[in-house]
Amino acid sequence: MLEARNLARRVAPLVAEAPVVLERASVHTLPAHARFSLRARDVSGVETLDHPIGRTWLSEKRFAARLGPDEWLLGAPESDGDLLQQGIERALSSRFFSLVDISHRNVAIEISGPAAAEALNAGCPLDLSEAAFPNGSATRTLLGKAEIVLARPSAAPVYRVECWRSFATYAHGFLIEAASSASFR
Amino acid sequence: MLLIDCPFCGKRPEVEFRCGGEAHIARPANPFAVDDQAWGEHLFVRKNPRGLHAERWIHAHGCGRWFNAIRDTYTDRFVETYKAGERPSVDLSEARA
Amino acid sequence: MAQTYRLPTGGRIDRSKPIRFTFDGRTIEGFAGDTVASALLANGIHLTGRSFKYHRPRGILTHGSDEPSALLSVDRGPGRIDPNNRATVVEAREGLKAASQNRWPSLSFDVGAVNDLLSPVFVAGFYYKTFMWPRSFWDRVYEPVIRAAAGLGVAPQVPDADRYANRHAHCDVLVVGAGPAGLAAALAAAKTGKRVIVADEQPELGGSLLHETTTTIDGQSAEAWRAAAIAELDAQENVILLPRTTAFGYYNHNHIAMTERVTDHRADAPKTAPRERLWQVRAGEVVLATGAHERPLVFADNDRPGVMLAESVRVFVNRYGVLPGRKIVFATSAVSAYAAAADVKAAGVDVTLVDLRPEIECGAEVERLQALGVEVLTGHTVVGTKGRMRVEGLIVAPVTNGEIGARRVISCDCVGMSGGWTPAVHLFSQSRGKLAYDEGLDAFVPGASAQAERSAGAAKGLYDLMDCLASGFAAGAEAAGSTEVRTFSATPTPVGFKPVRALPTDANPAKVRAFVDFQNDVTAKDLKLAMREGFESIEHVKRYTTTGMATDQGKTSNMNALGIVSESLNRPLPSVGTTTFRPPYTPVTFGALVGPARDALFDPIRTTPIHDWAAEHGAKFENVALWRRAWFFPRPGEDQHAAVARECKAVRNGVGIFDASTLGKIEVVGPDAAEFMNRLYVNPWTKLGVGRCRYGLMLKEDGFILDDGVVARLADDRFHVTTTTGGAPRVLNHMEDYLQTEWPELNVFLTSTTEQWAVIAVQGPKAGETIQNLVSGIDLSNEAFPHMAVREGHICGTPCRLFRVSFTGDLGYEINVPSDYGRAVWEAVMEAGAPFGITPYGTETMHVLRAEKGYIIVGQETDGTVTPDDVGLAGMIAKAKPDFVGKRSLARPDLVASGRKQLVGLETADPGEVLDEGAQIVADPDQPIPMKMLGHVTSSYHSANCGRSIALALVEGGRALSGKTLHVTTPTGFTTVTVREPVFFDAEGGRINA
Ligand SMILES: [Zn+2]
Repeated sequence: MLEARNLARRVAPLVAEAPVVLERASVHTLPAHARFSLRARDVSGVETLDHPIGRTWLSEKRFAARLGPDEWLLGAPESDGDLLQQGIERALSSRFFSLVDISHRNVAIEISGPAAAEALNAGCPLDLSEAAFPNGSATRTLLGKAEIVLARPSAAPVYRVECWRSFATYAHGFLIEAASSASFR
Repeated sequence: MLLIDCPFCGKRPEVEFRCGGEAHIARPANPFAVDDQAWGEHLFVRKNPRGLHAERWIHAHGCGRWFNAIRDTYTDRFVETYKAGERPSVDLSEARA
Repeated sequence: MAQTYRLPTGGRIDRSKPIRFTFDGRTIEGFAGDTVASALLANGIHLTGRSFKYHRPRGILTHGSDEPSALLSVDRGPGRIDPNNRATVVEAREGLKAASQNRWPSLSFDVGAVNDLLSPVFVAGFYYKTFMWPRSFWDRVYEPVIRAAAGLGVAPQVPDADRYANRHAHCDVLVVGAGPAGLAAALAAAKTGKRVIVADEQPELGGSLLHETTTTIDGQSAEAWRAAAIAELDAQENVILLPRTTAFGYYNHNHIAMTERVTDHRADAPKTAPRERLWQVRAGEVVLATGAHERPLVFADNDRPGVMLAESVRVFVNRYGVLPGRKIVFATSAVSAYAAAADVKAAGVDVTLVDLRPEIECGAEVERLQALGVEVLTGHTVVGTKGRMRVEGLIVAPVTNGEIGARRVISCDCVGMSGGWTPAVHLFSQSRGKLAYDEGLDAFVPGASAQAERSAGAAKGLYDLMDCLASGFAAGAEAAGSTEVRTFSATPTPVGFKPVRALPTDANPAKVRAFVDFQNDVTAKDLKLAMREGFESIEHVKRYTTTGMATDQGKTSNMNALGIVSESLNRPLPSVGTTTFRPPYTPVTFGALVGPARDALFDPIRTTPIHDWAAEHGAKFENVALWRRAWFFPRPGEDQHAAVARECKAVRNGVGIFDASTLGKIEVVGPDAAEFMNRLYVNPWTKLGVGRCRYGLMLKEDGFILDDGVVARLADDRFHVTTTTGGAPRVLNHMEDYLQTEWPELNVFLTSTTEQWAVIAVQGPKAGETIQNLVSGIDLSNEAFPHMAVREGHICGTPCRLFRVSFTGDLGYEINVPSDYGRAVWEAVMEAGAPFGITPYGTETMHVLRAEKGYIIVGQETDGTVTPDDVGLAGMIAKAKPDFVGKRSLARPDLVASGRKQLVGLETADPGEVLDEGAQIVADPDQPIPMKMLGHVTSSYHSANCGRSIALALVEGGRALSGKTLHVTTPTGFTTVTVREPVFFDAEGGRINA
């Protein structure tokens, strides 16, 4: 019989990192979450998935970011992971797809503030202007030497950076350095 | 740094991509029907033109898709990019060698 | 001495903000807005350094970034010492310490100046001629002497204390240069609402307008027009104005690199602020309004401190309120110097102007200047200067029909010279645009564009202000897609000059030291010598004489050098060729290029969920690709050898625990998953049952081993693939490539799960007993869960994929749990294993244990030229499969030839002797050199479990040599080994199923 003291505790990377709040850009770590990588060829008619590459379907708690022609990053709060999975399985039941849990692979960091885009541009080569990367954009790209998924979930200057967990320390440190440099006029 | 027009994502910076060498070299359906000489060439012999060149690129840090591009190796100008499995609209046989 | 050469009024300096800095230890006073050069001149200092080769006294030649001579070391505090700064660019600020370079013991008395007397030795190509033989002298004599005697500043000795920022930016129109043409271009482009970036290297935008005191534009003063233009641009949200920002590199597809100097000019900058910011701009269109550089005149001793460019004299007077001298002579073949002479005269200075052109070729400016009370000598050449540390007189002589008349010395303390102008086409050239020679301008101007750019103003050879403004506006409008045209009215600019090469002289040309390249100490004589020796192409002359190859890239020297070569060869200038300009336009700090990528941000350091536990328990780490892996866990007093020996024995005798989280993992999902696996691996997969694992071997199409790893079948349509740690990205790329481009019809998807799972390997005879109480939902009995099986269940209440696999040859499990639970499960296993003496082990022990079993490591036993048969794994190959990646190549003649290198074990005669990995193997150590190499040692360790050293090797025809003696190189010679099977421990393999 399993002893209660052996029940494993979930420890996400960066949990010990305090928010870094600067005048023009701030960096926060985000709590553990549910994440899935969805691969599918045919999503026609599925409202949450059938949108252009680089765009995101968003609800209050969940999102589906289309990263490529057949790839989506799905997200939800940790407690909603099963629901999200069931929803996809239902929506695509008759079609070929692959749904893989990557909740522990991905780590999310938030950068916000008037200089957030400028700070991201310290390591991200993309055009993050309003026209080129509006509310609802999401894409895989680079932040310095780390691959990230960059998402802009709202019209506010708030960006979510997701990376693989072993790159989290680097990405977090990079964003803090960049936020500090971008805050200096 | 080049600006490359991914057929799926649009124009993105070169750092997000990797080049995979010459395009349109299909793996023989039955490799054992190919003699040693031809198989060796299939593996190792590549064009190296001055001018238009069909290349494979992957948007590795983007959509993750392989695609093809016609690039001028002299000017670095991309004439066109197109999805894997498609053919270019330019006739490479007329490109300057 | 307090700024005795400062004019009482005028200039753009802020007289309400006095500043003090030091030059060679001496306090210098200046004002905010000064450069170090202008402040030095305000204090009467012209001598700023010693030249590169001859240690000649040198002063300030220019007022800007083209400066070749006045190079200073600038000290802003510890870790902030920076050599080779141009005094004309460094902004003076409180507390700065500037120092001259390349002199010892002092600037005014420099021992190295003996080089000047030895100058006949240091002729063109002297490196090539003098130091060819004997070879051994290079290291011991020539190089140390040359390094000590020649050179520029001293490299910093401590790490750079500053921070550097990086920024990618995008715009529709980038305007480089904010002189009249650039500002007009920006005004035109900004009006369209397009995104505009304006970059200028100077602290203030305006370019030449910053020193135009009498010019008007559209009825207002140049300054009023400039201020209004900047205010208009600054008010627009779509415009970014970047002063102190040098566009230094023009790369492919309108990618432009620029450095912004953020804090160097600020004594009050917070320490956390970045010193510089590297801008990487992707521009839709570029307007190059980079201006023009003035040419020096080439005459004897034209490098004397106090001899400057004519326009620079004007700039120091008008912009900085500084008199570079009290009696100034202008020597010119260009009209522009008349404006300088007039302005300087107006400042109350005694002025003489010497024009090389005969009076008939000079225009109305002569009379105009004479009317101001300036003596004008037309038809005169300059044959030399007087003075040593500072010019004391200019020696001139009339030239009539090529005959040089009587010399006359005009005493002076400053000379302003002008040989005309050269458009700054550097960025245009970098963009791969074709330069075109304009005979009227005696210069190369932008020709056909290679990228989406256009030049405007002086950069295009338009020197009149009205033309600059109009061409700038047109360029800006066109770049922004607008058709708007605007004309400007402005004071006419005196333009035109007569190109001269080396000035006519009555002296022996072989004795004349007329400098062309001031930074690399190249004279007209050197160029002529190079041509006498047969160098004709300008590219060859450049490299042989080093002209134009210093850090200033020959901004002041290129056209003079070209002209002299063309004249000497009696060939038209364009046929001599022009130089290709390369980045950077001006020197760039390493810091700016490195940006934030230093220390912890140099490279990502990847760590596993169990890393912190290992660090807390004293692990030593090693780097594997970007990963940092626990290498071994020394106890107090243990060295590596002792720790690894203890860990190795603990695993075989009890149980060990190992962090295998870095293994690559790929989830292969889809109805065609098995078919996909069949095509990519040598092994057969169709019949692998659900819940079973197989060791998979993957080849490249050339037949050589790419990677290996255990593959588990979780469902008919789902495989859990593992790869080597370093091979994970490579294998996923390889798989995706085939899937997308060769077999798009297969219904399979791949997802990297490397970081989703923490992997805890529990290995050793007590492994089962260790984990049995932690696992739920999985029957661990041998019958229910045999070797090479996989089960999904729970451990410590968390879902897990439990593999019964072994890389040690003993009973083993690999526990895969979601990464966030990795550490907790690891600690639970440690606790559960305590009664059995559970021992954490690192990668070194892992390597030893697998070598005891003869298991290969891809990248150690293989090197990209090794086939499955070479390492004894031919049995893995599915015979029935008609094809898989690499199969056809395995039939290539070279891959089936006899005599291939094969994996064997080696045993040293002395059990204590551990061979060097990589050591070469020969049959007979007494054979003549070069010996025939049979192969090399791939792995070698001391094995505590075997009680001796063990080694694996690739040896030609090795499997047939079992029992034979071979010889292996050692640092001191050879040692003797016996060839054997590559399995050293438990050859029967019983332990794995125990
Ligand atoms: Zn793409």
